[in-house]
Amino acid sequence: MAAAVDEPLLDVEDLRVSFDTIDGPVQAVRGVTFQVGRGRSLGIVGESGSGKSVSTQAILGLLSGAHVSGAARFEGRDLLQMKDSELRKVRGAGIAVVFQDPLTSLHPLHRVGWQIVEVIRAHTDMNKKAARARAVELLDWVGIPSPRERADHYPYQFSGGMRQRVMIAMALALNPRILIADEPTTALDVTVQAQILALIKRIQREFDTALVMITHDLGVITEVTEDVMVMYAGQPVEYASNRTLHYEPHHPYTAGLIECLPRGTSATVSLKPIPGTPPSLLNVPAGCAFHPRCSFAMDLCRTQAPPLRKVAGGAGHQSACWLPTDLVGVGQEASDRRAAAARTPMPVDDGGAER
Amino acid sequence: MGDIVRFLARRLIFSIVVLWFVATIVFFMYFVAPNDVARTLAGRQASAATVAAIRHNLGLDRPLLVQYWSFLGRAAHGNLGFSYLNSRSVLSLVGQRAGVTVSLVVGGAVIWLVIGVGAGMLGATRPRSVIDRATTGIALLFYSMPTFLLGEFLLLVLFFRLHLIGVDWFPGAGYVPLATDPLQWALHLVLPWLTIALITAATYARLTRSSMLDVMGEDYIRTARAKGISRPRILFRHVLRSAITPVVTQFGIDVGTMLGGVVVTENVFGLPGMGQLIVSSITRQDLPTIIGLVLLASAFVIVANIIVDIVYVFLDPRVRLN
Repeated sequence: MAAAVDEPLLDVEDLRVSFDTIDGPVQAVRGVTFQVGRGRSLGIVGESGSGKSVSTQAILGLLSGAHVSGAARFEGRDLLQMKDSELRKVRGAGIAVVFQDPLTSLHPLHRVGWQIVEVIRAHTDMNKKAARARAVELLDWVGIPSPRERADHYPYQFSGGMRQRVMIAMALALNPRILIADEPTTALDVTVQAQILALIKRIQREFDTALVMITHDLGVITEVTEDVMVMYAGQPVEYASNRTLHYEPHHPYTAGLIECLPRGTSATVSLKPIPGTPPSLLNVPAGCAFHPRCSFAMDLCRTQAPPLRKVAGGAGHQSACWLPTDLVGVGQEASDRRAAAARTPMPVDDGGAER
Repeated sequence: MGDIVRFLARRLIFSIVVLWFVATIVFFMYFVAPNDVARTLAGRQASAATVAAIRHNLGLDRPLLVQYWSFLGRAAHGNLGFSYLNSRSVLSLVGQRAGVTVSLVVGGAVIWLVIGVGAGMLGATRPRSVIDRATTGIALLFYSMPTFLLGEFLLLVLFFRLHLIGVDWFPGAGYVPLATDPLQWALHLVLPWLTIALITAATYARLTRSSMLDVMGEDYIRTARAKGISRPRILFRHVLRSAITPVVTQFGIDVGTMLGGVVVTENVFGLPGMGQLIVSSITRQDLPTIIGLVLLASAFVIVANIIVDIVYVFLDPRVRLN
């Protein structure tokens, strides 16, 4: 990865998650590996059902009834092997989560101050009064006006953006080493989104908290994280620094996502949606999972799943695509080069290419 | 506080309308019924003149609407009428028996809440486990069991069988007022309590279980787990806190209904409560008493509903009294 660090704070290796359903096992996550260093930030991008939220929830043991394998080492200890009582000490204190919908993620029948005090007292022996003072301080820090009075209000008395600030205050209560923000702005108005993103960046700056931000919106990641992992059908398809990903993507799926973003001021540039829909995780296509939607799919793509390989975009840039590793970029010109490469089958510089 | 006063005023007016409706229906049923109080009171041998005199004395020879009006007037003053067959006012008959029914319902309610909510929680925390299936099965058994059957069964086992081997813990029938002898009061009520509690608890077990399972799927429970809160605390302070609302509603309706008379249980165990009074007044065609009891039962249900609505405000801050 672009963010080479001495010892990663969070080291996830070959994480796999499946659920049993009436229709058979659903493979929601099919081998995810990533690291997050101290104070670093990683964005995880993908469409709904790509396994991005499931990955982080599996790490914290928040999924009931899921089969989870692999490893997720936090400060050297594998979270997946921990007893529930040990894991409970990490949740909220070492790793805190901000969820997507602040309306449904706060308990509707408890005062917001109570909910913040609760997390503090679950992990420390602070008395009620001190915890309450800390809760008010946190509400103030995240930008809630008259925090002393507001601590006694219920979630329904707050607007969406204010509720998300409460969620963030709760997540910050114990100075976690990692903050996982799971689509923190998706349920909010655009103007409010910007405020919440600014707040998240400020947390990173002031507390040196590592950030994992999950989103389906590449545009949101642009402003916040240093590195990005793109996921498709339960697998990572591309890792890159934020800048590389935006200007020199290798994977056609990533390039497609970027071309979906409304850019510039020209009204004449039409958006190019990716055709088709993500595959069912009950029945993932053979070969590259993206090949049915890929305009550059070759015969090889239909039979062989491409491994993650180093590609040309810069340090740590990896992509799981059979196209030549130097084929990076977005736009018509890059697309033409991809198409040309796809028409002329060539020896692939990977030993595993031949069956 | 102003909210509560306004709410109560509005509900009171509404309640009066409902009670007036009920009163009107039962009053006219009185006249449709093929029964002549004056003739019954006068006896078989009485002459037509005697019957007419009695009828006149009771005011039964007045036009229907006049009688209706004076009936409403009395009811509005809390006078539920006069039982000619008992030669007492309906209110004093009720007063005599209310203590029995209240004792039965309050004691039973405590037991069914504990058993029902407890069993429901047990099932909800381990869905589809052996414990869950067992509690659900037992709940279903009691849910579908007729009250008289369970009552008779308890009598057979805990009274009669024990009695045969010389153990007389539970009396088979009768009632001792709490003020007279608390221990005997409780002993006489144990079997009736169990009867109403087991059958009612089944509803509460199912209600609590499904309500808790619903809440457990909520995002805010995931938040609580992500906060590192302990399991028991999540269960009580987060899940049960939300899941209890439908249970409270059910509880209000049940208690309100039962205070009007627990007909079957009181009769099985020979408890001289309102339920027994209902049965005896129906068999003796004691219409004033029937009318009075119906009005009273309606009033209990209405009051219980008002109380539930007020309790809601304390349970859920989002609820407003309007």
